[in-house]
Amino acid sequence: MSDILIVGVHNPAHVSRTVDFAVSQAKKSGAELHFVQVIEWSPYSFHTAEELAERHKRRDQEIERALAIVKPIADKVNASGGTATCEVRHGHAGEILCEIAKNKKATQIVIGRTGSSSLTQRLLGGLAITLAQISPVPLTIVP
Amino acid sequence: MLKRIILACAGLPFMATLAHAEGGIDQAISDAVAPIVNPIVNTIFYSVPVFGTQFPLIVAWLVVAAVVFTVYFGFIQFRGFGHSISLVKGDYLDPNDAGEVTPFQALATALSGTVGLGNIAGVGVAVYLGGPGATFWMILAGLLGMASKFTECILGVHYRNVYEDGTVSGGPMYYLSKGLSEKGQATLGKFLAIFFSICCIGGALGGGNMFQANQSYAQISSIIPFFEGKGWLFGLIMAALVGVVIIGGIKSIAKVTEKIVPGMAILYVGAALVIIGMNFSEIPDAVAAIFTGAFAPTAVAGGVVGALIQGFKRAAFSNEAGIGSASIAHSAVQTKHPVTEGYVALLEPFIDTVVICTMTSLVIIITGSWVPDSGVTGIALTSKAFEANFSWFGYILAIAAVLFAFSTMISWSYYGLKAWTYMFGEGKAKEITFKLIFCIFVVIGASMSLGPVIDFSDAMIFAMGIANIIGLYMLMPKVKALLADYREKLASGEIKKMK
Repeated sequence: MSDILIVGVHNPAHVSRTVDFAVSQAKKSGAELHFVQVIEWSPYSFHTAEELAERHKRRDQEIERALAIVKPIADKVNASGGTATCEVRHGHAGEILCEIAKNKKATQIVIGRTGSSSLTQRLLGGLAITLAQISPVPLTIVP
Repeated sequence: MLKRIILACAGLPFMATLAHAEGGIDQAISDAVAPIVNPIVNTIFYSVPVFGTQFPLIVAWLVVAAVVFTVYFGFIQFRGFGHSISLVKGDYLDPNDAGEVTPFQALATALSGTVGLGNIAGVGVAVYLGGPGATFWMILAGLLGMASKFTECILGVHYRNVYEDGTVSGGPMYYLSKGLSEKGQATLGKFLAIFFSICCIGGALGGGNMFQANQSYAQISSIIPFFEGKGWLFGLIMAALVGVVIIGGIKSIAKVTEKIVPGMAILYVGAALVIIGMNFSEIPDAVAAIFTGAFAPTAVAGGVVGALIQGFKRAAFSNEAGIGSASIAHSAVQTKHPVTEGYVALLEPFIDTVVICTMTSLVIIITGSWVPDSGVTGIALTSKAFEANFSWFGYILAIAAVLFAFSTMISWSYYGLKAWTYMFGEGKAKEITFKLIFCIFVVIGASMSLGPVIDFSDAMIFAMGIANIIGLYMLMPKVKALLADYREKLASGEIKKMK
């Protein structure tokens, strides 16, 4: 059974560098790639009644938009002889990537550096800091 | 759509100016509508004298229904309380459904429509008129109301419409028409559904809008002198904020509000707890006053019955159990089992009345702010009680009142819209028309002293309960069947905890 790399497609601006790095790593080790896009969502957020009524439709649209980003990436890897799968999930990106890594018995998580300097990220930490603290497998952050 | 918004925005200042410039317009409109609306208001709030106190029959209608549902469903609010908490915690959430509306979100949204002035001002009125004993009856009515919410929210989800694009519409108008049609009472169902929808639109524009704008203006103008006599300006600002949320689809304001409102509610309850804690030694006396006042009150008009009536009345006004509004909000939840929404919804009267209203009441009693026949009642009494320990709390209370009013308006704009689209059909143009009317009524509510109109629209909210409860009585066997099926699935493990 070959190694599996989980590739978090989090920041569209850094997608190509992250994907290129992951693909080169996979080629060297013969690993499979699993591209994941997580749509940030909390079961405890607050919405208006109208937003609740539209939520199911919006969820479908969000998944469709996210798949339009990750699926072509996986297809391209498959077309070039590699092995790649993809999925879109709702939730907290850090927790979801760790959960998938555990379930798939992955050997590594690869994400792009978001480069955000927002106050919230500085205070609470972004995805990279979260994963650095809780990832069950080695983590690579592509600058 | 942009054109419509611009046109509406252009029209609002004109209306406000008219209201402001012609000082007598309020009176003229009041005089014109009073002969028509007063008989309707008097009918809906028809009161019978009981031991020297007027008892509105609509309150009895709501409380009797709550008792019937409590007994019929075997005291579900007590036996199912633990399961409700478990559902809200997300124990039964399927990870594959992540991204859908959760029970917690449905509960929070429905609560933002009910937690409001009733919890602050209404309790002040109850304690002033009914004495500390009113608190006991308020809690009892809140506990009974949980069964009404349970029943109406299950039916709301079960009979909702799910459209091809994934959006949903539900609420009493749908279960009244579809549910009664199933029972061979299609004409009655249709009549009740339309009656409910008319009342819901009236209630949304009045009690859920004009009344809120009017009361929050009164609060703001009392602490910011600049706004005195400028109700039209306050109304315009509120209408603009409501408009950008419901017409412009600017979710950020709604999101901020939806985050601040629970924060304010927590701050309010927190402050109440701190005051209660600071006066810890007074608690036994306060509890004794509540129980003594409930069964042997002194200085209360009507004695025990007076205290009971005030408690029941304010609880019904605050938590809206049996009115049907919460059913509209809960219908939006994507759940495979309608019964789960019933369990979640039964927590609303508990949080609204049993927790928040009781906190208000305890603070009033503990601080000794209640003085019979002093004339200090409503929000002034609540404010006085909180200010006894924190002098600055009046400002917080005013801000809380405005925010609660704003979130109530957003919620009721949706309830009214669903009733509107039920009557006139789905469609963007129809929705925009209602939303524009809704914004115009914000300005009217804040800038005019339309007593009879506001009384009428407030009465409309309670008239919703007439049609709704008739439907609930007729459809409660259906709820029982759904509940039995749900329990069977729980017992067999078909529905199981996910964490």
